[in-house]
Amino acid sequence: MSNILILGATSAIAKQTTRLFAADEHNLYLVARNEEKLSSIKQDMLVRGATDVHYESLDIADDKQHEDLIQRATEAMGSIDTVLIAYGTLGDQKQCEENYKNTLDELQTNCLSVISLLTLLANQLEQQKSGTIAVISSPSGDRGRQSNYIYGTAKGALTIFLQGLRNRLAKSKVHVVTIKPGFVDTPMTRDFKKGLLWVGPEVISEGIYKAIKKKKETVYLPFFWRYIMLIIKLIPEKLFKHLSL
Amino acid sequence: MKNYQSWGCYPKVDSNKQEVYHVYPDSFSFPESDKTDADAPSFLAYAQGRSYGDVCMNQDGILLDTQHLDHFIQYDKEKGILRCEAGVTFENILQLIIPHNWFLPVTPGTKYISVGGAIANDVHGKNHHKAGTFGRYVQKLELLRSNGERLICSPSENTELFNATIGGLGLTGLINWVEFSLKKIPGNKIEQETLRFNNLNEFFKLSDDSDKDWEYTVAWIDCLANGDDLGRGLFMRGNHCESKKKYKFKSSKLSVPFNVPGFLLNKYTVNAFNNVYFKRPVKQYAKINFDPFFYPLDAIAHWNRLYGKKGFMQYQCVIPKQHRETAIHEMLSIISASGQGSFLSVLKEFGDIKSPGLLSFPRQGTTLALDFPNRGKKTLELLDNLDAITLKYNGSVYPAKDARMSPQAFAQYYPNWNEFEKYIDPHFSSDFKRRVSGK
Ligand SMILES: Cc1cc2nc3c(=O)[nH]c(=O)nc-3n(C[C@H](O)[C@H](O)[C@H](O)COP(=O)(O)OP(=O)(O)OC[C@H]3O[C@@H](n4cnc5c(N)ncnc54)[C@H](O)[C@@H]3O)c2cc1C
Ligand SMILES: NC(=O)c1ccc[n+]([C@@H]2O[C@H](COP(=O)([O-])OP(=O)(O)OC[C@H]3O[C@@H](n4cnc5c(N)ncnc54)[C@H](OP(=O)(O)O)[C@@H]3O)[C@@H](O)[C@H]2O)c1
Repeated sequence: MSNILILGATSAIAKQTTRLFAADEHNLYLVARNEEKLSSIKQDMLVRGATDVHYESLDIADDKQHEDLIQRATEAMGSIDTVLIAYGTLGDQKQCEENYKNTLDELQTNCLSVISLLTLLANQLEQQKSGTIAVISSPSGDRGRQSNYIYGTAKGALTIFLQGLRNRLAKSKVHVVTIKPGFVDTPMTRDFKKGLLWVGPEVISEGIYKAIKKKKETVYLPFFWRYIMLIIKLIPEKLFKHLSL
Repeated sequence: MKNYQSWGCYPKVDSNKQEVYHVYPDSFSFPESDKTDADAPSFLAYAQGRSYGDVCMNQDGILLDTQHLDHFIQYDKEKGILRCEAGVTFENILQLIIPHNWFLPVTPGTKYISVGGAIANDVHGKNHHKAGTFGRYVQKLELLRSNGERLICSPSENTELFNATIGGLGLTGLINWVEFSLKKIPGNKIEQETLRFNNLNEFFKLSDDSDKDWEYTVAWIDCLANGDDLGRGLFMRGNHCESKKKYKFKSSKLSVPFNVPGFLLNKYTVNAFNNVYFKRPVKQYAKINFDPFFYPLDAIAHWNRLYGKKGFMQYQCVIPKQHRETAIHEMLSIISASGQGSFLSVLKEFGDIKSPGLLSFPRQGTTLALDFPNRGKKTLELLDNLDAITLKYNGSVYPAKDARMSPQAFAQYYPNWNEFEKYIDPHFSSDFKRRVSGK
């Protein structure tokens, strides 16, 4: 049994992943904004076998709250062994192009606030000399594309940050895993036209669960996105800049 | 964008034009509109879309997608009582309860349906003769009406509305959560016997003989066989039994990724399939996992795409016991002569256990269910001819599988409709309702 902190617990991907953890009888601390959803998720996790479930409603993008949040979670569970960071917003690329304020908000939610949390959590787990940090980034951070480079910038920076952190924490036996899901059918992507490459959140959650158990470093989910992104990264910039991706 | 089709993909729906709301636990409220306005768009819950026809469609109105109502609420492992939100699927439930030797009290031939859908169509399974319908096990449910009221309905509270909601085709409001009782089992395996029968009389005899000692009975029939072979098939019966191993759930590995050209499914290929299927050596006794026993079709995701773009229709009727030989014989004769049947044809005896549902389909007698690839007018005519037989013998047809019965036929099949209408939520409707009731 261990103590797991889930940030963005109402996300479709996080909820499915938490269900897998619940069946293993862990303690859970769930954070997101929507209180009603959190309360039904809590009941669901208890039925599925979680030992103890706490939740709180919080705007996690607000980094002033982070120290208190981590203290509350640590006190409630006794310690933090695993953290899954899953919150995020897809943002509106067009609005960001028109107004830097929007870009700043996107970067704050998807990158800077995560870095703020990870700064605190890394120190705590480093001292503890154990634990797992799992963060959902995105293949969008592998190469900038006109359709969503603000989101891509945030996730790309996050990916680099996690690389550095993994390198730093290796000697303290803290495991850092970067998760890069492809197209996932969730509320975030509700209005997208879905094709063959799309999968449900339950597919991604199994990948996350395994990546944490097997101490993977970076996982593309499903695995084939690694190859899709490899090809995309190999296209020469001279050509790439003319593509409508 | 999700594709809001029914399982038969007939009638076809233009998903781009379909208005949809996503329902979340608790927070859902109906949009403020002038509630007295008769022209205000109507609502209908849409869950897993495993209904074959238009009971799950509402093209002129708004669909309430219940996929996010997927939380368990309470589970009494000792007594076997589960409370969950209405969008939870039978698959989710089995994963939770099988390890504790509980099972669904009643299950249809697929586990990819929701609890809400199971109630709205008051589904039946291979144990109808022993257990009746799913609705009998519902102890309580919460119904959200379009005026914002949340009503707890049970056999003792808001009883009429409860009875109308069981088998109520989604028309009495949105079911939010459900509490129902589970069935204790000795383990996750099934002992199964498979017996060949050469004609209908042999089927009825086998079925009558098996009713007492076998919890589950069902038969597959070769609907293209004729002459002496008419009504031949395989009879399957099973009981739960122990197993030494824990059951591991697997998601279906095989999938039909796109619509198969419709012409591949014709009387020659189906005939060949049926012949091979009937004549293949069958193991008379086998101990198998519950999954292939109850849900053989779930092994291939999207098998409905085998019928091509035009989709298919199912016809499921029930014929009262006293007419079963004559009526089923007449039906199989015209189906075989038409050459239109398909490989999925099922025959089963329903028992006399009554459901609380006001509009429930199952009643004592023989139920016949067959798939027909949609060949337009030819298919519709054949199904009308089948209806003529069902009507003649005072039978009924299952709305969950229907996309074409006439208002006249419906009125005879469901004499309780007038009584039922009192409980319909004034702002709920479906394509099915408008088709069979004209309003
Ligand atoms: C392979 C296969 C085998 C089948 N075998 C059987 C069988 O053996 N026996 C049997 O009885 N049926 C059988 N069926 C039919 C199926 O069980 C029913 O159509 C079932 O109702 C489908 O449930 P669903 O969750 O997909 O609901 P949908 O098809 O999405 O909706 C069905 C109805 O339920 C209503 N509904 C759904 N959720 C709610 C809610 N929360 N509140 C109010 N109304 C709601 C809808 O409005 C609609 O009227 C089978 C179907 C398939 C595809
Ligand atoms: N879906 C995809 O195709 C895809 C692909 C690659 C990566 N991802 C990433 O996967 C993660 C999960 O996304 P998802 O697809 O599961 O989407 P989702 O269901 O929409 O989840 C996003 C969650 O983030 C939470 N959130 C957003 N801003 C927040 C804030 N300021 N404070 C607290 N919580 C906040 C929301 O919860 P509340 O509303 O309750 O606050 C919401 O539940 C995200 O990081 C996303 O970028 C998704």
